[in-house]
Amino acid sequence: MYEFRTGNELLNLCNIYGASIGEITILHEMEMSEKSREEVILKMKENLDVMKEAAKDGLTKDIRSVSGLTGGDARRLYEYVKDRPGLSGPGMAMSVARAMAVSEVNASMGKIVAAPTAGSCGIIPGALLSSAEMLGSTDDDIIRALFTASGVGMTIAYNATLSGAEGGCQAECGSAAAMAAAAVTELAGGNPEMSLNAAAFALKAVMGLVCDPVAGLVEVPCIKRNAFGASNALVAADMAMAGIKSKIPFDEVVEAMYRVGRVMPCELRETARGGLADTPTGRKIKERLFQRERNG
Amino acid sequence: MKQYSSFDILGPIMIGPSSSHTAGAARIGSIARRIYGGRIDSARFYLHGSFAETYRGHGTDRALLAGILGMDPSDDRLRDSMEMAKEAGITFEFIPAELRDAHPNTVMIELDGENGRMCITGSSIGGGSIVITAIDDFNLEFTGDYPTLITSHIDRPGVIAKVTEIIRAYDINIAFMKVFRQQKGREAAMIIEMDSVLPGQAIEEIKTINEISRVMMIEPV
Repeated sequence: MYEFRTGNELLNLCNIYGASIGEITILHEMEMSEKSREEVILKMKENLDVMKEAAKDGLTKDIRSVSGLTGGDARRLYEYVKDRPGLSGPGMAMSVARAMAVSEVNASMGKIVAAPTAGSCGIIPGALLSSAEMLGSTDDDIIRALFTASGVGMTIAYNATLSGAEGGCQAECGSAAAMAAAAVTELAGGNPEMSLNAAAFALKAVMGLVCDPVAGLVEVPCIKRNAFGASNALVAADMAMAGIKSKIPFDEVVEAMYRVGRVMPCELRETARGGLADTPTGRKIKERLFQRERNG
Repeated sequence: MKQYSSFDILGPIMIGPSSSHTAGAARIGSIARRIYGGRIDSARFYLHGSFAETYRGHGTDRALLAGILGMDPSDDRLRDSMEMAKEAGITFEFIPAELRDAHPNTVMIELDGENGRMCITGSSIGGGSIVITAIDDFNLEFTGDYPTLITSHIDRPGVIAKVTEIIRAYDINIAFMKVFRQQKGREAAMIIEMDSVLPGQAIEEIKTINEISRVMMIEPV
């Protein structure tokens, strides 16, 4: 009944039932899991609680990654924008700070929600929690928007991939940004079509983005890619809310992303053998960490 | 084609930084603990491939040990597992190794304790999904996603039917089933993945089957 595989099918269901993407995704979840609305909402609230906690910890606590390579940048940005608007505006800066916060907490062996992956876990909480703050949204609104994000994420999972090893960073951080853009658009009162336009913008912005983690760790450049994923989502949502439409429909953008991923050489798909991982500094960092693993 | 839930896309809740190197590793450890099924005194982890190269930076070592201590992948104490193991008097060691024909994220866990020595090999195959590929010298395959019944038995006609008949009597549905043997008529194993956990009484009944030497019921992690 609430079965969908593509953005178009999702949009059709929204039109038939006069419901938002978030609502259709909730109904889909109830149907497939045979659980009540309260149960699926409560389960998503657990995700929200973990996201909030990680965002808060990353901005206020002294975070250091296990490798010692990263940590403290979210807090640095937070301190910087606390008393001044910053160039990109306070809402944007806080979205970015929270995205980095969650991502840094991940690198420090803290608790996060894979959204859709651990490597891209900062983007959705960063964009969504900060937008909710700007819009004065309630937890119920945010939970519904998280379902919007997962509904859009499902269509990407069905028709492309969410894995960096398969499709590069575009598939991980790009998908997260697309999911966040759709969710933020719905939170801001946009209709389902606007949400999918926002998702298309976000994905198009990073089409072809490679996955090139230095020393194979989820730190450099992942944490900063999470920062830009959140900013990407907000810009995409604003464009969609203004009534701008994607010339290439969302489903075709997803398919294109998948095809780009397929032709990406394996050096650029999470193997840490290309891109930033294969720079003089990237190689030096790897060597240093590897020595440490060897020597104990 | 697989049908996705919202919580496959947003989730799981886990301790970072990597679903394959951290969450998957914790699950392998946790299943190894269940397979061992007794007090563990020491654990040696032979790390292969990417596990060997990045285990410290990804906290693979802490996650594996946390699993052995019974923690799940979202346990806040996962990062403190080494300290906790020391307090509990459990010794541990991490050894980079070359395992033959193994997936890049593979670990062989050698456990010693009240049940003697046991060796469990598993791979983390992406997104936190895992597959157990060997128990001691016996090659097999299961994911730990379902309640899993594992038997050791003698490869003789009718053994499989006897086991599945007991499962049927308890009205439990079998999702997947595989049978393995080393050699015709010798030692064999059955892996039965079910939609719900088999009651203890059913397991006792299975144990009474003559050809069966060992039965393990492993709950999903």
